[in-house]
Amino acid sequence: MKLVSVTTDLESSKNDPRIKLITAKIKKENYKTDALIEILHTAQNAYGYLPMKVLSFISKALYLPPSRVYSTVTFYHFFSLKSKGEHTCLVCTGTACYVKGAQLILNEIEKNFSLKPGQVSANNKLGVQVARCIGACGLAPAVLLDDEVQAKVKADEMIHKINAKIAIP
Amino acid sequence: MNRQDLKSIILAEKMQEQNNKSKHKLCVCCGASCISSGSDEVLKKLQEEIKSRALDAKVEVIPTGCMGPCNQGPLIKFLPEYTIYQKVDCSNIKDIVESQLIDKKPIENILLFADSRPKPYIDAREDPYFKKQMKIALKNCGHINPEKIEDYLVHDGYKALDKVLFQMSPEEVIAEIKQSRLRGRGGAGYPTGLKWETVYKYVSTEKYVICNGDEGDPGAFMDRSVLEGNPHLVLEGMVIAAYAVGANKGFAYIRGEYPLAIKRFELAIKQAKKLGVLGNQILGTAFSFDVEVRIGAGAFVCGEETALIASIEGKRGTPKPRPPFPAETGLWGKPTLINNVETFAAISPIINNGGEWYSDIGTPKSAGTKVFALAGKIKYSGLIEVPMGTTLREIVFDIGGGMQNGEEFKAAQTGGPSGGCIPSEYLDVKMDYESLINLGSIMGSGGLIVMDKSSDMVDVARYFMEFCMDESCGKCVPCRVGTKMMHDLLQKICINQGTKIDLERLEELAVYVKDCSLCGLGASAPNPLLSTLRHFRHEYENRIANSL
Amino acid sequence: MAKISVNVNNQQLEVDFGKTILEVCREHDIEILTMCHLKGLTDVGACRLCLVEIEGVNKLLSACTTKIAANMIIRTHTDRIKRYQRITSELFFAERNHVCSVCVANGKCDLQKLGYQTAMDHIRYPYLFPHCEVDTSHPWYVLDHNRCIMCTRCVRVCAEVEGAHNWNVMNRGYQVRIISDFDTPWGESETCTSCGKCVHACPTGAIWPKAIVQGQLEKKPAMITELVEKRKMCL
Repeated sequence: MKLVSVTTDLESSKNDPRIKLITAKIKKENYKTDALIEILHTAQNAYGYLPMKVLSFISKALYLPPSRVYSTVTFYHFFSLKSKGEHTCLVCTGTACYVKGAQLILNEIEKNFSLKPGQVSANNKLGVQVARCIGACGLAPAVLLDDEVQAKVKADEMIHKINAKIAIP
Repeated sequence: MNRQDLKSIILAEKMQEQNNKSKHKLCVCCGASCISSGSDEVLKKLQEEIKSRALDAKVEVIPTGCMGPCNQGPLIKFLPEYTIYQKVDCSNIKDIVESQLIDKKPIENILLFADSRPKPYIDAREDPYFKKQMKIALKNCGHINPEKIEDYLVHDGYKALDKVLFQMSPEEVIAEIKQSRLRGRGGAGYPTGLKWETVYKYVSTEKYVICNGDEGDPGAFMDRSVLEGNPHLVLEGMVIAAYAVGANKGFAYIRGEYPLAIKRFELAIKQAKKLGVLGNQILGTAFSFDVEVRIGAGAFVCGEETALIASIEGKRGTPKPRPPFPAETGLWGKPTLINNVETFAAISPIINNGGEWYSDIGTPKSAGTKVFALAGKIKYSGLIEVPMGTTLREIVFDIGGGMQNGEEFKAAQTGGPSGGCIPSEYLDVKMDYESLINLGSIMGSGGLIVMDKSSDMVDVARYFMEFCMDESCGKCVPCRVGTKMMHDLLQKICINQGTKIDLERLEELAVYVKDCSLCGLGASAPNPLLSTLRHFRHEYENRIANSL
Repeated sequence: MAKISVNVNNQQLEVDFGKTILEVCREHDIEILTMCHLKGLTDVGACRLCLVEIEGVNKLLSACTTKIAANMIIRTHTDRIKRYQRITSELFFAERNHVCSVCVANGKCDLQKLGYQTAMDHIRYPYLFPHCEVDTSHPWYVLDHNRCIMCTRCVRVCAEVEGAHNWNVMNRGYQVRIISDFDTPWGESETCTSCGKCVHACPTGAIWPKAIVQGQLEKKPAMITELVEKRKMCL
C-alpha cells in the first residue's frame, strides 16, 4: 500500500492566505469535529469550491478520517468538489477589497469576458467567482488567478493577466 | 444586567417611543421578496428624500421584515396611518412623500390593492386582506426594524421571559403551553406542551434546545420571514423553552440558502447577550442558556429531527430509527427538544396572553393560528396568518384575491413534497391538522400552492417525486430505491408510455414506501402521488389510455 | 436483570429488560429476516427487513433498533410484512447488477438466501442498471460495486471493530456508493490496515478475497461477533 503524502502540496501554498482563514476558523471552533460543516462552509467561501488538498488539510487538522470528511462533503449539495472552469478568477469582495475597487474589477471582467460571478465561459476556459473574504486585506483589492494572489490590482491589469492565463494551451 | 436594569431600559425606550408619537414612521419592507424587487434601492432613495426635505426630525425610515403581500412589492407603510403603498419604485418616491407627508393626501391609485379594489383602503388594516388575518407569529413582522433590539423591547419584547423567570416555575410554564394546545408548526403537529414535558421529565445534566430553521419545502418561506423579520421573538421562545425543560445550550439550525436570516439571527444573539437576556445568569438569575447558529448545507432531509441532530454533530444528515426519540436520546445522546421556528414564535404571546387565550383561537383539535405561504396561480402571493379552521375558500378567494387571470381553481397543494392536493370539491375544508389528513394531504409547514387547469396533476406528482428522490439520504431501501422506481414509472406515464401494469406497480410501491421507510421523508414521499391518484385518477387513466 | 413479559406471535415470553425485539426473537428461535444487522455492530435499521407490527403503534418498527417494553404485543409474520419483505428483496436485486452465475458468492450469499426466504421467483420492477465500478487496486481484495447492497456492514466493522475508518458512504439517494478515503482506490488507502474484516462482514460477493474462485467463498461473519464479545469480556 502506498502512503501518499498530501501535505507537501499544501505546504507549497503555505502563503495562501485562505489556509490561514480556515485555520483560524478551526481554532475558533476549538478543533471540535462537530464543527466540520461550519469549517467546510468557511473553506468553500474562501476557495469557491473544495479542493482535495484543502479537504486533506482539514481532515488532518481535525484528526478526522478522510472518508468521514469526504462522505460529509458529498452528502450536502452546497459543497462542490469541482472548480468551475479550467482557470478561475476569484475576486475578493470583502470590505477592504470592496472599498478599494473590487466592483470595478468585476465590471471590467464582465465587459471583456461577458461573465458574471458564478459563471463559466462557454469553452470552459474561465470561471469567475467571488469570495466574501480571502483574508488578504492588506493586499486589497485582491484577486486570485488560479492559486496565485494578485495584489493591489487595477482592473485593466487584471484583464491582461487573465488573457495571458487562458491563452496558455 | 439584572431584572431592574432591563426594566429601566425598557421604560426608557417606551418613554422615548411616547415622545416620538408625533413622529411618522416610514416602514420599508425588506423581506426577501421585496429585496428582489428592489426595496433596498427604495429604502436608500426614501432616506435621501426625507433628508433632502429636512424632514428627518419628524420622519423615521425603518427597514422591516415581510409585510405579507409579496407580489405587490416593494411595499412601504406609513405609521400611524397604516397607509401602504404598493409597487413603489424610485420614480414615484418623491410624489408619495410629498403627497402623504406634506399634503396629507394619499395617492389612491398606488395604494395597496388599488388595482383590484373598487376603492383602496387608506388604513390598510380595514382591507379584507388584513382584516381576515390574525397575526401572532407575524405580529411585528413588517412593523419593526429586525436589527434593533430596542424596537423589539418597545413591543413587549422579553416581557414573557421576565414573567417566566420571576413569576413561574418550569412546571407552570409547561402547564401554560399544554393549556394553549399549541401543536408543532413544522408539519407533524405534535402537541408542543407534551413534547416539552417529555424532555423535562428526563433527568440529565445536559439537555439541549434546537430551533429547526431548515425550511426545505419548495415554495415555503414562512420561517425565513419570521427569522428575518423578528428574530428576537424566536430567540425569546427558545430561552423560555430552555428554562422549562432544563437546558443550558441551544442551537438554531438555519438553512445555508438563507444568509440574511443567518445574519439577523446571529445579530439577535449578540444583542440579547449584551442585554443579559441570553448567556450566563440571565437577568441575574441562576439560569444560564446560550445559543449558537449552525448552518445547513443543502439537504432537505435535515429538516427531519434525527437528521438535523446528525448534521449539528458534523455528520451526514442521515436519520435514525425512532424510538428512541430525540426527547430521550438526542444531540450527543442527551435529551433534546426540537421545535420549529413558528412554534417558538408562538411562545411569548402565549405566556403574555395566557394559554387559554391561544386555546380559544382555532378549532377543537387545532388551536391558534397558522402562517401560510401563498404561491402559484393566486392573485396575491405572499405570507398570511389565519386562525386554524379558516376555510381554503376564504384563504384563496377572500384573502388571496382569487385566481390569476380569472382562471378556474383546480387544486391547492399543501404540505409540499410531503403533502397532497385539495381539489375544488373540498374548497370549504377547514384548514386544520385533522381535516387535511382526512383528505389525503397534510398541513405541513404552511406552503400552499394554488393551481389552475394548466397544471397537469400527473406531472405535479412526478415533480414532487423527483424532489424526494433527489433529497433521499440513501440509507434505507424503500426510500432510496422506491422513490427512484416510482419516479421512473411516473416519468413513463408522463411521456405517454405508461401501462395499466405500471399504474398497479406504482400504487403498490407507494403503499410499501409509505409503510416501510425509516423516516418521514420516505414515509411521506408517496403522498402527492396517492393524493393525485385519489382526486384526479382520470388524468392518470387518460394518459395510459392514450399511450402508445 | 429485571424480567418483563412480552407477547410475540401469540407466544407469551419472559425476557430480560433492555434487549431489542430482534435479540428476543433470536433467543427464542423466532425467525426474523435481517440483512444490515450483524451481531456486534451497531444496528442501523436500514434494510427494513426486520419490520414488525406492534399493537398500539400505527407504524411498523425495525426489530433490530426497537427495545422491548413490558406487555408489548408483537407480530412478526403478518401477510403485510411478508409482502413488504418480498418487495424489499426485489428492489435489492433491481437496484444494482447482480449476476449470480458469475459471482464468487454464488450459493453462499445472504442476498440470494433472502430471495429464497421471500419466495421471490421473479422481479417485477425495471432494473436500474447503474454504472458501477470494480476496484481491484488492493493486492488481496476486490470491491465490486455491482454487487453492493449498501448494508454498510463494512463501514461499521471498519469503524467500530478495527477502528481504521477506511470505508464510508458518499453521495445520497440512489447515487450512494461505498468509498475508501477520498474516493481513492482501495489500494492507495492511507487508513486501511488490510485486516480483512470487511470481507467477512460483507453479506454478498461485493467484497471478496482475490485468491478465491467461484463457489469457494468462505465468509465468517460470526468471527466478528466473537471478536466483539471477547473484547467486552476482557475489559
